[in-house]
Amino acid sequence: MTKRASDVSVSPPRRRNKYIVAPLVLIAANVVLFALFFVWPAVIGLVYSFTNYTGVGAFQFIGLDNYHNLFGDSTFYDALTRTLLYAVLFVPLNFALALLAANLVVNKHAKGASVARVIFFIPWLLSPIVVGVLWRWLFGENFGLVNYVIEKLGGSAVPWQSNADLSLLVVVMAASWAWTGFSMLLFIAAIKNVPVSYYEAASLDGAGPWRQFVSITLPSIAPTSFIVILLNTINAMKEYPVFVALNNGGPGTSNNLMVQYIYETGFKRGQIGYASAASFVLMLILMAVAIIQLIVNRRVENR
Amino acid sequence: MTTTDIPRPVDAGPGRAVSKKRPRSTGSGGLRRAVPATTLLWIMACLYGLPVLWFILSSLKPASDLFSYPLTLVPHNPTLSGFKAAWDSANFSQYFINTAIVCVITTILTVGVSCCTGYALAKYDNKWLKVFFLCILATTMLPSEVMLAPEFLVVRNLGLYNSFAGIILPAVLTATGCFMFRQFFLTVPDELVEAARIDGARELSIFLRIMVPLSRPIMLTLAILSFQWRWNDYIWPLLMLNDPNKFTVQIGIQSIVGAQNINWSVLLGASVISMIPLIAIFLVFQRYVMSADINAGLKD
Repeated sequence: MTKRASDVSVSPPRRRNKYIVAPLVLIAANVVLFALFFVWPAVIGLVYSFTNYTGVGAFQFIGLDNYHNLFGDSTFYDALTRTLLYAVLFVPLNFALALLAANLVVNKHAKGASVARVIFFIPWLLSPIVVGVLWRWLFGENFGLVNYVIEKLGGSAVPWQSNADLSLLVVVMAASWAWTGFSMLLFIAAIKNVPVSYYEAASLDGAGPWRQFVSITLPSIAPTSFIVILLNTINAMKEYPVFVALNNGGPGTSNNLMVQYIYETGFKRGQIGYASAASFVLMLILMAVAIIQLIVNRRVENR
Repeated sequence: MTTTDIPRPVDAGPGRAVSKKRPRSTGSGGLRRAVPATTLLWIMACLYGLPVLWFILSSLKPASDLFSYPLTLVPHNPTLSGFKAAWDSANFSQYFINTAIVCVITTILTVGVSCCTGYALAKYDNKWLKVFFLCILATTMLPSEVMLAPEFLVVRNLGLYNSFAGIILPAVLTATGCFMFRQFFLTVPDELVEAARIDGARELSIFLRIMVPLSRPIMLTLAILSFQWRWNDYIWPLLMLNDPNKFTVQIGIQSIVGAQNINWSVLLGASVISMIPLIAIFLVFQRYVMSADINAGLKD
């Protein structure tokens, strides 16, 4: 952890509270933006989730009907379980790949690490739409490179697009590939902050590279690991463009995730109230995930 | 940052000016350990690089060769016709200009506003600032994708529907930006501020004259991140815009994908064109991005 400059300074205690105008001016813009684009939508979203508002005209309060209907709505359940499945697959895969990439890049024995680091990072620069297009091109059933190679090796064409589960798997791979660079950067920063003397001491004691990784690197980068898991969980829960470009949430509607569900109900079918209720369920899930991870993180840090 | 300060003896690659690296291996057992690590690294790098390479090389093939068997990695007679077709079709050049305008304005606003907020959070300790810090933290839990419907209504009520402002303003406040600046200003000694105060400088002029110039590397890093976020935005512009003359590049690409019969030649061309600005910016400024401690501040 970085030590705050104020913790170590030996100057007499200051009364910094006498400044009110300056900090207020400095944060004014963000306070206004926060009020307009976070507080206001959150409040009206909550209000509308108890109504049958369609985006125009009058509306009535219908109490908990939206929520009640949601939990009886199989389409909503499918979207929710599919989203959770996607997150469960994507988060660990991305974590493992990013950690592997980061360790290889900072490994002092690996040659050409700085070039490789750039290669790992470039996919993150592509937009989710382009990532979807790119993997659609790779995994096309009758024209893609992957099936071409599989057939060349004597296999038979794999139904990457027409099988719902394989289709989801392609998106998981595509998204993991695209997000590795970003997670890797966070890991690299963390790994570099582990004092080299720890490793030197461990290797004097005869610990091999794997032992050093498990006993020194992993515990030292735990806070970053939690950040990566948290950010990736949020990213997974709100994924939409990769699916749209790769298989349009298909085949059929089998890979319509939460955001696509909210988008379709709210904007294609005009059920703003209903979509707001779905939004709130998603928000509560995100909050729960974040809180659980924060608690675990505290536990790990206070060990 | 509390890294150990060991200068790098060899391999003066990118990032030497800002990041501190461990020394490259020298001495006994170097080769024996270099081979597996290097092999593994490059197998993985190939897996990451190949899809992009295949995509770019495919975009250079003439439309008639795209599906001709056997597939070849390198185009036989490379052509830019796909790019040209993409650029000329369906307003794509207009989309490109729109996206650039949105990105540049949003990025400037994001960097400016985040810098101010980060400084206030780092160098003043009023109660309400701590509360606001938590508010910003809460925004990370509420991505606009989740608040789709209500956020749309708010923007519509503000009269910003179908305008660039409707895409730009909601995107200016970012927790990542505020925390990056906060983390940076925490490392700037308080004595610097105190000394300027004793010399009679006003608060805001301390910020503008001393602190802003100091934070240039952070500004650049956030600018690159912000540009990437906005350039690649899809769902928000899709909702906010209904005038085809205002569409952004991502909407344009998705409309090609959404067609009944995908015109792959145009699609590949358009996609590769859309990648160029970001990859160019990244390659020029990569050492700033690569050394950025992006998670700084989120760890408190």
